Amino acid sequence: MNLVRENPLVFIGKKSLTLVRDVGGVSLFIKDIIKTFPRGISRTHLVTEQMLYIGVNSIPLVILTSLFTGAVTSVQAAYQFSDLLSMRYLGSAVAKAILIELGPVLTAVVIAGRVGAGMAAELGTMKVTEQIDALESLAISPIRYLAFPRVLAGFIMVPLLTIIANFIAIVGGLFVASSFLNVSSHTFLTSFKLFFKMTDLTAGLLKSFVFGTIITTISCYQGFRTEGGAEGVGKATTRAVVVSIVLILVADYFVASVVFGTG
Amino acid sequence: MIRISDLHKKFRDNEVLRGVDLSIQKGETIVIIGRSGCGKSVLLKHIIGILKPDTGRIVVDGEEITRFEAEEMYEIRKKFGMLFQGSALFDSLTVEENVGLGLREHTNLSKPEIQEIVQEKLSWVGLSGIENLKPAQLSGGMKKRVGLARAIAMEPECILYDEPTTGLDPIMADVINHLIIDMRNKLKVTSIAVTHDMVAAYKIADRIAMLYEGKIIFTGTPEETKNTTNPIVRQFIEGRGEGPIKAV
Repeated sequence: MNLVRENPLVFIGKKSLTLVRDVGGVSLFIKDIIKTFPRGISRTHLVTEQMLYIGVNSIPLVILTSLFTGAVTSVQAAYQFSDLLSMRYLGSAVAKAILIELGPVLTAVVIAGRVGAGMAAELGTMKVTEQIDALESLAISPIRYLAFPRVLAGFIMVPLLTIIANFIAIVGGLFVASSFLNVSSHTFLTSFKLFFKMTDLTAGLLKSFVFGTIITTISCYQGFRTEGGAEGVGKATTRAVVVSIVLILVADYFVASVVFGTG
Repeated sequence: MIRISDLHKKFRDNEVLRGVDLSIQKGETIVIIGRSGCGKSVLLKHIIGILKPDTGRIVVDGEEITRFEAEEMYEIRKKFGMLFQGSALFDSLTVEENVGLGLREHTNLSKPEIQEIVQEKLSWVGLSGIENLKPAQLSGGMKKRVGLARAIAMEPECILYDEPTTGLDPIMADVINHLIIDMRNKLKVTSIAVTHDMVAAYKIADRIAMLYEGKIIFTGTPEETKNTTNPIVRQFIEGRGEGPIKAV
């Protein structure tokens, strides 16, 4: 804060240098992960372990959050419709909002919090206790052994979790609409089917592939560059979650622009 | 043989190594002594290629490893085993998986064959029957010995020891010193240990080198070290606060 007040130019310069260094660092990290392919894929047990951790163990949390996401979407869409549109269109509005935006983004945010933080803390602890150096000393690439299985598992499991989240959220929206908003299940589902386009689903899933890769890549990168002791691990964990969520929202815009166009 | 020439390494503004020159002969045990934070562990990590120097050369068996790319470096590392200061055992793996990891990754041996080698190496360090324990269930001395078993599992040509006796009680420290001597005799390996424990240094070393202000300022046998007139080395081996080394 003092530096901001004393010399804003120096502050901006330092922050810009950090940003450029991080962008360069992440780019080289991604290059190293890509170079690992396809040899890294042979370690199926490592990928399976991570798929279990990222995917299967996250299912209860994803179900809980998506159920309420669907419910609140229904309530708020109905409120916005009240003076403008017929409630007959509620099913379509809720489903489109969930499939295109809320399902993939909120699932990714939940996974960034649960998995991204855990991943950065685990790898950060391994870094400060020299376990990553120990892997190097055994002639085992930490990128191939630790990062690649995590990134691949994230790429596969986040879209699968998003499909589950989409289904549960629509069920939640349907339940609230039929129970409290005087929209029958039949009307809700007919509206959903009538206006459904395959792009709604594919755009959301495309986003989730990108988000899964972002979360695991950023979390591994932050873990690998951890310095210091417990304090360093804490900072790396915070950075992993914050940077992942910011990049998820930025990538959300760009993927949407590509799929739906900005014009 | 390992030859280190004019090695420099800087971390931000802190120049840790300022022109290290050192030759290590095949089969010898050299102990590098020096104050905490003087760059001993940094030097070890350069020898095994975990760190890259700013300038200078390291030649291992005629190959200049400081020029190597990452992939070539992994091949060279198979010649080395390293015991880390804090043991650096993998928390999520059992003792057996820790010791056998290198074999699993680099050989086509079957699971029973790997188990047999792991059991043999654990018996060498006096720890039979703990294969299924996790590192969190081990004492400090046991962790060091498992770390040593892991370092020798692939039967390397050279073993690096980073502060092998630090944090251990004197009896366990002596057990580790004897294991280091045993490993040299059994495997005929080159051993490089860094420590500030002079009892350990005199016991295991064929030759002692002292790292001070980023340079090797002395090398000699344990006997020559005890009798040196170099005031810096004398202050260090006698453990005096007064002298040319400032207690910062």
